[in-house]
Order: sequence, then structure tokens, then C-alpha cells
Amino acid sequence: MSKVLLNKEDIGRIITRMAHEIIEKNKGVSSLCLIGIQRGGVHLAGRLAASLEEIGRRNIPVGALDIALYRDDITVRKEQPVVRRTEVAFEINNEKVVLVDDVLFTGRSIRAAMDAVMDLGRPSAIQLAVLVDRGHRELPIKADFVGKNVPTSIDETVKVAFEEDGLEDRVVLEWV
Amino acid sequence: MGLKSKDLVGIKALDAADIEQILDTAAGFKDVLGRDIKKVPALRGKTTVNLFYEPSTRTRTSFELAAKRLSTDVINFSVSTSSVVKGESLRDTALTIQALGADFIVVRHPCSGVAHFLANNLDASVVNAGDGTNEHPTQALLDLFTIREKKGVIRGLEVAIVGDILHSRVAKSNIYALKKMGAGVRLIGPPTLVPDVLKDLDVEIYSDMEKGLKGADIVMMLRIQVERQGKGFFPTTVEYFRNWGLTPERLARAKESALVMHPGPMNRGVEISSDVADGMRSVILDQVTNGLAVRMAVLYLLAGVKG
Repeated sequence: MSKVLLNKEDIGRIITRMAHEIIEKNKGVSSLCLIGIQRGGVHLAGRLAASLEEIGRRNIPVGALDIALYRDDITVRKEQPVVRRTEVAFEINNEKVVLVDDVLFTGRSIRAAMDAVMDLGRPSAIQLAVLVDRGHRELPIKADFVGKNVPTSIDETVKVAFEEDGLEDRVVLEWV
Repeated sequence: MGLKSKDLVGIKALDAADIEQILDTAAGFKDVLGRDIKKVPALRGKTTVNLFYEPSTRTRTSFELAAKRLSTDVINFSVSTSSVVKGESLRDTALTIQALGADFIVVRHPCSGVAHFLANNLDASVVNAGDGTNEHPTQALLDLFTIREKKGVIRGLEVAIVGDILHSRVAKSNIYALKKMGAGVRLIGPPTLVPDVLKDLDVEIYSDMEKGLKGADIVMMLRIQVERQGKGFFPTTVEYFRNWGLTPERLARAKESALVMHPGPMNRGVEISSDVADGMRSVILDQVTNGLAVRMAVLYLLAGVKG
């Protein structure tokens, strides 16, 4: 069983709104950069940056972060998470880094992502932007910018599809 | 995803998908090596033991660094200062190391088959760092990684391997790996070191180096083991160089874009001239850097296989 939570238009409006919220909180776009968490977060970061550039009239550096090597479940999982590329081709020292992910769930990915970012440099601040917050946190982590809060039960799945992967933009809630 | 075996004993046991997975994973680790902080916490709390029964600087150092960059603890077990000199058997030594809590045992040994034997007798993951004249799988993987990085593809390339194929575990592992990935392989060298039976491996054999290099995309030189001199495989190192040494003139027979590789350590003036070793087409130092990324990938992927 499944239910569409967000369609293409919804996602477009949400990204525009989040871009404005990011600008409001940071009082502009100076010394701001976006880092998307592989893989969904990377697509989202690219779109948020495009939106920010339109409003702020300044180039926003965008990077991709792989967190496989920083996960806390590496020795308990059945198989190793796939190692993807980390591509952050700019200095993050003293910059404000906005981490971007598609779904915020237990918070463990974000903990790993913060460790990974710290190994790349010392940003002046790390903020968190997510498209969907589905609850069930296992760590004390909270997003600064949330596209949509979706109360879910633990055995449901939130699936996010992006045009960049050749699919139609949408967020779907699935359950058995 | 994931490898099928807890050990890396040889390329022979891998399929093309395994090799591709290791190379893809290594690409991620190469990024890590380019950073200021070159260490990741992935295998925190694990222990790697280097068990080397043969002298080795570069392979042992490379494994040691790879293991450390993944945050494992590393112990270098040097045979000359251990109870092996008191007569302890290989199996007992390995079981002792395992009882100390080793998760990875990296082994090099002068006898073929040792890695296989240990893999069957231990719960720890065994990584073959060279066994006799059998295999040296991580060397072949780093060679393939380097080729793929520079050429974009492996399938369809013509690779010439030159030198002492008969005694070379590097050559064996490379032949298996290149064939599995769809490359063409030519072996070049004196008939004493490149015997005809190797044709069974689906390769072409040349004793004339000029002919063998014609149109090659990759020229992979092997170390001539100078200690084998005087055993009748070839008359002198001078004569060897005259017939099978890689000079700029000989390299000109290969494609203009051809890369020159060597697993090291090089004997300049025996199998390769300095002009070529230090030349524009040499990727010999890239091989060393890539070896680190590939060995990190191997340890990381083996950690994911539950015994």
C-alpha cells in the first residue's frame, strides 16, 4: 500500500520556501555553502542552490558527501554500505555549511555526516535542511529547515524519487 | 553488493563483478587520500596483522598505511624476530595471532598456496600479499585501477606483460584479472621465462619484443629477479637488457598513448631504462598511490563479509 505525500509541484514550492528560510536565518547568502548527503540529498542540494542563487544573486558552492565510512552500524550490518564519492571542491573553514538530506529519520546519518564534515575542515556553523522529517529520532538532532513534517509509524517507509535519477519527482509513504 | 568470500586469496576466485566493485570502492577511498585528514573511522576497533615471511617494504608499508587510514590497529609480525625462528609451524603462528584477536591477517610467504591454507584454517579474513609464484591479487587490482583511471575502460585494451612471467605472481594475478575484465594479454620474454604452456591462459606469446609491443595500449614491465641470475634462465643482465629491456625506441612500437607500468622495485638498466621509467608515459608512482586506495577498499569490503 502507498500514498503520495508530495508531488512535483509540492516539492518545487517547498524548495523555494526553504531557500527563503535559509536566507532569512543567515541574513543573506554570504559565506554560505550547501553539502548534500549521498544520494538523495545531493539532488536536493543542487536544487536548493539554484533557488538560492536566483534570490541571492551569488554563486553558492555545492558539494556531495558520502557518509558510508562514518556510519555507526558498519560492523553490525549484513553487508558494507556502498562507498560513493565525496566531492567538496571548496574550503569549508569558517563557512556556514547547510547539510542537505532527503529524509530525516533516526538522526544517525546526520551524526555521521557531521563527523565527515568536521574531517574536511572547521565550518563556522552547520545547519540542517531536510525535505521530509518523519520522526523517530534516536539521537538528539533537529533540522533547521524542514520541507514537510510527516508523522509515520516505525514500520512504514518514506520513498523519495528525483528527476535527476530518471524518475518523476515525488515523495511516497509505503506500508505493508 | 558485497564480496562472497571473507578472504582475498587470489584473483582466480573473483568474477568481473567482484573486481568492478573493488575498483569502484577504491575510487571513493582515493578521495579520502587527497584530504588533509586522510583517516576515516570505518573499521575502528578492528585489528590487522601483517604476517610477512618474505622481505617487503612497499607492499607491507602500503597495507600498514591502508589499515591505519581505516582506523584499525596494526601489528607487524616480523618473522625474523618471532618464535618462527624457534620452529613454530605456520598454522600455530597463525592460530596464535588469531587468538590475540586479529580480524585481518595479511600474509606473504615464499610458498604458493599458503594464503589458501590459512584462509581455510582461520576465522579471520586472510588477504594474500603474495604467495610463492602463485598470486599477488592486490597488485593486479591496483594495476587495473590505474589502467581504468587513465584509460577510462579496461575492456578491449591490449596489455603487454614483459619479463619473468614464469616466476611472477604479479603477472599471474594480472593475467587472470585482465582476461576477466575483457582485455587482451600478450606475454613477452625469453622462452625460458615465458614457456609455451602459458598459452593455456588464452594469451599471445612473443619472444621478439618489437613484435610483441606493436600497438599495445599498456606495457607492464616485471622486475627481473637478479638473484635468479646464474641459474641459466638468461645469460647476463646486460644481454637481457639488450633483448627485453624497455627503451624509448622499443616503447615507440606501442601505441602513442601507451602507458608504462612497473610493480617495483625497478632494476634500472636491466628491465627498464631510466628515460622510460621517469618519462611522460610512466604511471609507476600513480600505481603506488592507487595501491593504498585499493588495499583500503579490499579491507573495507572484506569486513562486510560475515564468516
